[in-house]
Amino acid sequence: MNAPAPLLVVSGLVVRYGVVTAVRGVDLAVGDGEIVSIVGPNGAGKTSLVSAVAGIVAPAEGSITFAGKGLGGVALEDVVVQGIALVPEGRHIFASLTVTENLMLGATIRRDAVAVQADIERYFAMFPILGQRRRQPAGQLSGGEQQQLAVARAMLSRPRLIMLDEPSLGLAPAMVDRVYDLLRAIREQGVTILLVEQNAERVFGLCDRVYVMSGGEFGLSGGATEVKNDPRFDAAYFGVHMRETADLR
Amino acid sequence: MERFVQTLVDAVSLGSLYALTALGIGLIFGVMRLINFAHGELITISAYALLALFGLPVPVMLFGGILTAVVLALLTERAAFRPLRSADPTTLLISSFAVSFFLQKLLILVVGSRLKGLDLLPELNRQTEFLGVRLQMLQIVTIAISAVLLVGLTWFLKATRLGLHMRAAAEDFRMARVLGVRANNVIATAFALSGVLAAAVSCLIVVQTGTVQPRMGVQLVIIAFVGTVIGGLGSLPGAALGGFLVGAASIMLQALLPPDLRAFREAFVFIAVALILLFRPQGLIPARGLKERI
Repeated sequence: MNAPAPLLVVSGLVVRYGVVTAVRGVDLAVGDGEIVSIVGPNGAGKTSLVSAVAGIVAPAEGSITFAGKGLGGVALEDVVVQGIALVPEGRHIFASLTVTENLMLGATIRRDAVAVQADIERYFAMFPILGQRRRQPAGQLSGGEQQQLAVARAMLSRPRLIMLDEPSLGLAPAMVDRVYDLLRAIREQGVTILLVEQNAERVFGLCDRVYVMSGGEFGLSGGATEVKNDPRFDAAYFGVHMRETADLR
Repeated sequence: MERFVQTLVDAVSLGSLYALTALGIGLIFGVMRLINFAHGELITISAYALLALFGLPVPVMLFGGILTAVVLALLTERAAFRPLRSADPTTLLISSFAVSFFLQKLLILVVGSRLKGLDLLPELNRQTEFLGVRLQMLQIVTIAISAVLLVGLTWFLKATRLGLHMRAAAEDFRMARVLGVRANNVIATAFALSGVLAAAVSCLIVVQTGTVQPRMGVQLVIIAFVGTVIGGLGSLPGAALGGFLVGAASIMLQALLPPDLRAFREAFVFIAVALILLFRPQGLIPARGLKERI
């Protein structure tokens, strides 16, 4: 199988918060059009990794390249201009702003007002509940509705890569299904997806490739089916660091 | 009846002045979590700009006053607050005290500490008959200008792209930046708007008192700050309401207290403030969903 041209390349990434090292020199490549997932338990360093790519935290070491361009020194508000959108953990919707205003903020970097409006209407058609509540403060939406809003908001920047951090956290199973359906729809638009989840079972049916992260490192990685059936999966997930598994990368 | 209406107009007029000052403080707090005590110096230095331009046509003076406050606000942001943007709110607060003291002492050094007379628009201090009640023209103008600025600011925040960015940044600055909202634009706009509000307050105070002096802004800012706290720090409607209530309460107490207690009216205002905070520590109109500053 020919690997797609890498869109996002992370090499030797180290993220530190004071004396605590959250990410310990990881390498990651996401091909154009792929859905790649990072799974791992709470505290594995997944959010720190995604935050570094999004420009929220500065890496202590290593490099991040997107579409052939280094992201080192790119200001936080310019990362989205490069084509990277983030749906952060906890959604971070603007609770006091209306649903429409939240979506308009997603299109901050765009100047094509007419097309933005058309896109917003398209998302309202896709998520009728958001359309019905377009003038309501987003804080009044349910958790699942807020997640749909957060994904739609991220898509409004028309990104090449969308990163989702724990999109199913705290959602009812039926709502998680809807979020995953949405991710499939996003993929059909040709958008590359980097998905971070604690719930590993969920991602296997959706992703092309999976990285298993624990203790700030990738313990195991490979094609979704390959990782799912790997006897070392549980050990990698729960942080029994088996250096030999690094060979699989 | 006439006395009641006069007192009411007095209360609304002073309340409006404090509301404008509190809004200036609230705007900056909203986006930066900075309590900008140097806001008082924007008011003061804008008044000195009016003094320096005295003799020129009034519109030129007013424009000069506004321009001075806006430029000074932007300069303080660039020089004192931008380098500390990711610092602790306490550091920012101390920096704002430093800017405030620096400007105050600089002003004393340059123009002296004595009060100076400035007879700006004396015709506004005349009495006028309004709905059968004799009122000071200035009070009606103060209320009208405050209303126009409040409506204008609300329109700006609700109807413009930059206003939306400011509201988003006030709620969750980091997420706003992730979506591409430019921190520098939002913060500079907040400072420029706070400069416009300070200049408006400055003009109204100068017309009312006919004087300028280096500490004129400080007292106003301290009371307006109390207003932003009881209104709910970080909430603009809260700041406007809190500022208004503190000013209005002060006038009402002056009118209603027995004469021998009037000297202590501020004490009564602050007792009321303490009671409000006891029952609503988050303020009267608390800000929703305040998140990480940047």
